Amino acid sequence: MTKPLLKVRHLDVSVYDRKNNETKIVDDISFDVQPGKVIALIGESGSGKTTISLGCMGYTRPGCYLTKGSVELDGVNVLDLSVPQLQELRGRDITYVAQSAAASFNSAMRIDAQVTEIPVITGSMTRKDALDKAVKLYKSLELPDPENIGKRYPHQVSGGQLQRLMAAMAMISDPRLLILDEPTTALDVTTQIEVLYSFKKLISDNNTAAIYVTHDLSLVAQIADHILVLKDGQMVEYGDTEQIISNPSHEYTKALMAAANVMPDDIHAPSIISAEAPPIIEVKSVSAAYSNSDAKNVLEDINLKINAGETLGIIGESGSGKTTLGRLISGLMSAKSGHVLLNGQPLNPHVQQRSLDELRQIQFVFQMADVALNPRQRINKILGRPMMFYRGLSKSEATKEVARLLERVELPTDFAWRFPPELSGGQRQRVNLARALAAEPKIIICDEITSALDTVVAQQILDLLENLQDEFGLSYMFITHDIATVAKIAERIAVMRLGRIVSQGTVRDVLTPPCHDYTQLLLNSIPEMRTDWLDEAIVERRALVKALNA
Amino acid sequence: MTPETHPSQTWFGRWRATMSEMTFSAAICLGFLIIVFIIGIFAPWIAPYDEAQILTNDSFMPPSAEMWLGSDYLGRDVLSRLIYGIRITLFLALTISCLSFLSGVGLGFLAAVSGGRIDSWMSRFNDAMLSFPSLMLALIVINSLGSSFTVLIFTIALIDLTRVYRVSRALAVNVMVMDYVEAAVVRGEKKWWIIFHEVLPNTLIPLAAEFGIRFTYTILFISALSFLGLGVQPPQSDLGVMVKENMQALLYGEYTTLYPAIMIALIAVSMNIFVDWLLLQSSTKLPDEV
Amino acid sequence: MSLLEILARRLLLGAGTLLFVSALVFFGTEILPGDVAYAILGQGATPELVEQVRDRLGLNEPLHLRYWIWLTNFLAGDFGSSLANGADIGTEVSRRASNTFILASCTALVAVPLAITLGLLASIKPGGRLDRSITSVSLALISFPDFMVAVILVTIFAVKLHWLPAIASIRPSYDVFDWIRILILPVTALTFTILAHMVRMTRSAVLNVLSSPAIEMAILKGVPRRRLMVRHALPNALGPIINVVALNLAYLISGVVIIETLFNFPGLGRYMVEGVTNRDVPIVQTCAMIFCTFYVLLNILADILSIMANPRVRYKK
Repeated sequence: MTKPLLKVRHLDVSVYDRKNNETKIVDDISFDVQPGKVIALIGESGSGKTTISLGCMGYTRPGCYLTKGSVELDGVNVLDLSVPQLQELRGRDITYVAQSAAASFNSAMRIDAQVTEIPVITGSMTRKDALDKAVKLYKSLELPDPENIGKRYPHQVSGGQLQRLMAAMAMISDPRLLILDEPTTALDVTTQIEVLYSFKKLISDNNTAAIYVTHDLSLVAQIADHILVLKDGQMVEYGDTEQIISNPSHEYTKALMAAANVMPDDIHAPSIISAEAPPIIEVKSVSAAYSNSDAKNVLEDINLKINAGETLGIIGESGSGKTTLGRLISGLMSAKSGHVLLNGQPLNPHVQQRSLDELRQIQFVFQMADVALNPRQRINKILGRPMMFYRGLSKSEATKEVARLLERVELPTDFAWRFPPELSGGQRQRVNLARALAAEPKIIICDEITSALDTVVAQQILDLLENLQDEFGLSYMFITHDIATVAKIAERIAVMRLGRIVSQGTVRDVLTPPCHDYTQLLLNSIPEMRTDWLDEAIVERRALVKALNA
Repeated sequence: MTPETHPSQTWFGRWRATMSEMTFSAAICLGFLIIVFIIGIFAPWIAPYDEAQILTNDSFMPPSAEMWLGSDYLGRDVLSRLIYGIRITLFLALTISCLSFLSGVGLGFLAAVSGGRIDSWMSRFNDAMLSFPSLMLALIVINSLGSSFTVLIFTIALIDLTRVYRVSRALAVNVMVMDYVEAAVVRGEKKWWIIFHEVLPNTLIPLAAEFGIRFTYTILFISALSFLGLGVQPPQSDLGVMVKENMQALLYGEYTTLYPAIMIALIAVSMNIFVDWLLLQSSTKLPDEV
Repeated sequence: MSLLEILARRLLLGAGTLLFVSALVFFGTEILPGDVAYAILGQGATPELVEQVRDRLGLNEPLHLRYWIWLTNFLAGDFGSSLANGADIGTEVSRRASNTFILASCTALVAVPLAITLGLLASIKPGGRLDRSITSVSLALISFPDFMVAVILVTIFAVKLHWLPAIASIRPSYDVFDWIRILILPVTALTFTILAHMVRMTRSAVLNVLSSPAIEMAILKGVPRRRLMVRHALPNALGPIINVVALNLAYLISGVVIIETLFNFPGLGRYMVEGVTNRDVPIVQTCAMIFCTFYVLLNILADILSIMANPRVRYKK
């Protein structure tokens, strides 16, 4: 084995609270980065992966302190360097690509000025050379109009392009080590693989070593040579990509693998629908815009039905109108034309005009449990209020009901007396779901309820949803951008693009080729757990995008 | 264990937990404020002399055993007048702050919860009011209506109202965009329920801080008006009037002028330090003051 | 919306605000209980005489018409004459306005750069010794009544040391050095009253920018400290800082009124206070209009500057 480029040994990072109590957020981490190889740091939120990668540059966020260990780049301990030495190191040897390029670019400077800033101010390149180099990088990252894109300001460029421009900024001084911190997480699924592909090409063309930080195991399989799995700041497993994917040894890695976003093997059979009963929800040729004066419709001629006991998945990317559709059904937004039927009866467009019973039957679960639950109300009040409001229970009856409901969503009953911030993310999402159940609804509209959760927890929530459906005969409208999740839970799906439903039917009908070009594009964007997937997928993707735009 | 017995779950338990978190300087300031309020409330029993009683023919006598802070320009006891001055100043500031808060928070929340046209018209009108420097507004009204307690209270409360409206609306708007409010809206809850159960609990601490800031501001503002001779009118006197009356003392090398000024500053400093601590606790930021 | 449209809109809004301000000044001063004519003539005046005066002052016209006449006169520079002594307000105002302008602009010249420097210094190392001392001193200063610093300064430099005059009366014969001698105490006192707010707000505006991901990125790029502050932080903090300065002009205006009264400085502020004390309506109207117009115009200017400082508006997609 060659001499490693970067040696991280026994790294500890701690935070201190106001009373000076120490909490370790990174605990005894050791790993190597070989020249020209990519190592992936994988873990869920709070696993310390970003902190470790920043630590490799000798940087900690305010409030965090490197307390122990060493980070050696070619035999030099980065943690011992003075501030000017660190500045030199960061500009030349180790560079960084942040998660959100949109926030990380300086909005007051032109892109070119930011990309070429470091080589020019350190004098390692003339301004002209640096600009030429930048244009070359833009070309190799396949950015549109590489000659002129750098003359713009950051807000004039799209998110996917900015992310690539940030990679150009990191590569301009030919660093020895590139750190990529969740560089595709903020992007839409179909853009993600394009960006991932350019990163992969860039790294292999320049033979740069890299640390790739992510929560998504299937993405990593495409790009990394080694994998370090982290949990709560500690190392769980460390090894070759092939070995970890094909033969994970630790329980936690296995759970991650099982929950990773791969398509399920078995698909739900469509439910048997009795012909007489009207569907719970029927949407008839609905169009909608954000305001009456707005000529552009966000929803265009939507038709769909949701039957009793059935799950309808709505898939689309940001801007497809999927959330708007959910809000429209629940009465938070009015339609321009068309109408929504509940049990065959037309519904009033706005919440305030609907009857209590109509309101009760349709419940909405919001994406982010941490903002969907009032942090200053106890769980008892959050869950008890719908019971009292819709079902007229007394306070003491509601308290008893809350205990039963908490058991039903697999939470301890004494959680009733806690406040939401005292719960974990997964527990909060259960409470969020329980609030909808408290109304005893017929249908629950779930808006991306698993997207903000870590993969393992998301899987548990999906299981819970299925159990509840079997028990209460609920219908779900499951809104998501993630086709794999929807394939796991739904019987029928509708694919939305730019405000229209482009394809609708049973899971098998919609997702089995030949399918609509856009559906195919979405399917094509799901990373598969094999190392040669990306190169194949990118070829197919480009053909599909061409066909869609034609 | 019954759930109610957990210390973090009772009102008193939380209060005690908060108090134990208190920094030394915040505790000192809170203590000082409490003492000042007690002095204000019980002024007639605490003050050694009557505030209006002329005890000596000598103006600006230096402090002595009988008159701890000496005499003022008419030969009255400075300490007694200071104690009564605190009473008037605190009474005015508290009344004004309460008035402006009840109306300002109410209107601000109403605008935030209603949204749409009501909100935009109310806020536009308020912005226009804010384009007046506050002292100008006060001078215009006092010019027309003279300076009585009633005029002072309502005028300054009106000026404060525009500031309180702006802050409380901004705080409420931040809460209104939260999904939990949306959840209450889809549930079909009425406006007042949303205000009292969703918005209010989440804005309570920053509002308390804002109350402290308004209270301080009001004290300073009344003092300034009184100092200009346009606030509290003699024979009644607050701390600002005392500064004005005794300006001459400086020429005689006495510090009579400074006592009331220092008192105002101490009350204001304590309140500001306490408010800073309160804001740090809730890690919220108030919109910039105008 | 293009930049030009935004600016035009802002100017239009400013004009509307000024109209609102003028209406409020006029109607606010006209709600006087009783009658201006009685105020001039005293309670013993005969009805005929009162009627005559009312006619002369145009008080028999309907209110909105009087507002219109007052506004057009004001715009034409005709401010009317004092109720108390009949003196022309215009001549008095032009003399005093320049004095006030000198006082206010000297203060602004001292206070604004000083406040921004202190604010920047405090934000370089938040929680550090320098930051802690700057923030605690400024917290104490905002708690002081406007007149307190002035009283202390007068005690020390005028009464005890006899270095500087306690009363700032102005004679036409004064040269630059006399002016400086007179202005030192009022300008220092006024600076203290507005400095602290500006320091605190500048600090929090800069800290806000410094905690943004863009600054973290610049640190991780290896941008040197000085360049980080000057090229990365400052351009983004410029808009907020301009707004801070504009907001604090309100304190400057109320400060001017108090400091002028305290030092007997012959400016507009003291003129207005005298007007209010004597319930001399035309004087109050004129002074209030001048102060408010000045304030509104400065705010519009600040708004326009901070819009211009924002690249997102300057360069559209």
